[in-house]
Amino acid sequence: MIRVVLPAHLQTLAQVNRVIEVDVAGKPTQRSVIDAIEARYPVLRGTIRDPVTQRRRPFVRFFACEDDLSHQLPDAPLPDAVAIGAEPFFVIGAMAGG
Amino acid sequence: MTAVRVLVGTRKGAFVLTSDGKRKDWDINGPHFGGWEIYHITGSPADPSRLYASQSTGWFGQLIQRSDDGGATWQPAGNQFEYDGVTGTHQWYDGTPHPWEFARVWHLEPSLTDPDDVLAGVEDAALFRSTDGGQNWHELSGLRTHGSGASWQPGAGGMCLHTIIVSPDNPERIFTAISAAGVFRTDDSGETWRPMNRGLHSEGIPDDDAEVGHCVHSLAMHPSRPDVLYMQKHWDVMRSDDAGESWVEVSGDLPTDFGFAIDVHAHEPQTVYVVPITSDSEHFPPDGKLRVYRSRNGGNEWEPLTAGLPQSHCYVNVLRDAMAVDTLDSCGVYFGTTGGQVYMSADAGDSWTPILRDLPAVLSIEVQSLT
Repeated sequence: MIRVVLPAHLQTLAQVNRVIEVDVAGKPTQRSVIDAIEARYPVLRGTIRDPVTQRRRPFVRFFACEDDLSHQLPDAPLPDAVAIGAEPFFVIGAMAGG
Repeated sequence: MTAVRVLVGTRKGAFVLTSDGKRKDWDINGPHFGGWEIYHITGSPADPSRLYASQSTGWFGQLIQRSDDGGATWQPAGNQFEYDGVTGTHQWYDGTPHPWEFARVWHLEPSLTDPDDVLAGVEDAALFRSTDGGQNWHELSGLRTHGSGASWQPGAGGMCLHTIIVSPDNPERIFTAISAAGVFRTDDSGETWRPMNRGLHSEGIPDDDAEVGHCVHSLAMHPSRPDVLYMQKHWDVMRSDDAGESWVEVSGDLPTDFGFAIDVHAHEPQTVYVVPITSDSEHFPPDGKLRVYRSRNGGNEWEPLTAGLPQSHCYVNVLRDAMAVDTLDSCGVYFGTTGGQVYMSADAGDSWTPILRDLPAVLSIEVQSLT
């Protein structure tokens, strides 16, 4: 079970609380976690990554275990602590003005 | 019982305002989609309960929302806007080639007859259509690929297709306007397109009367006269009497002919409204006085309408999609400002009153006349 922390706008869209849980088969990666998020909450398709290019949106960041994972490859394994659910995977809306 | 529903898109959400035919007391519903930019929210002429809204942010992209109960509840529709084929480049601000990139939906135009059929004008400029209520979108790529696309360039707000008018007597004829490219018309439901900019003159482009490259801000048409179009260009108010084949300037005695919004009286096809803005470098009304100007004879002769509008220290703008009319017997005129005011006139512009004063910046206003 992967725990994912969503930003406020996406919580509202998906009508969920701050932390959601998704199941991912095998070793979780950014791609497989986002695939699982979009499958469970279709309204979030296209909000974290572009629906056509599948690239992370420029103002979205991925953090976990006090590290910025935004620029890791989509298929790179996430930290073990995220994989076992001990630490959440953060989807962050970049701080960029008021 | 007659009623009106005013649909307001703002920088931070959508609002639905309703009133009876007297238009004195208003129910305010919103914000919907709080914190998101609502570039446009509009209703289906064929089914007034069906609404569409364009919801976007720079953070999380584009969504399309749909309501089947007049805005009480909303459901997300499809948000995949994929250009058809190889997109190529358009001009960037500095004149260099820039790849076509989808940014947002500026304008939604539901069909006059089918609530599931809706057109979307997007940035970077292109026209999309959905025939299933917004679930799936396909580009009418004949517009983008008709031949001049590489020379289109963005206006200050982006390279956007912001105006869509479907001819009421011939649904295969569609007019679009793009900043900064100009007006384009199809007569075959979007398969083929022609630039319709003869008579336009624009500073800021190498050839001031070029076939393409004009920063058209908005178009308006009265449904009883589908060959007559009115245009607020970057500078100049224009009219075409031949379905866009040629344009003549009708700025006449306006204090300035720069502006964004333009609309036509619901029952008087020659009565036109604009909101003059000082200049392209000063996006506020001249002399700090918010004045709507009305022409009763298709332009050239304009009268200021000031009753109820601030006549000192007013420095708001009225954006291109932020003016609309209702079709009640006494035509109502509505506009929203970047200062968050929504003004309405129940007497065709003779007097004005604010419905709301403190919304976020208003991006769009549409009005539904309900029976």
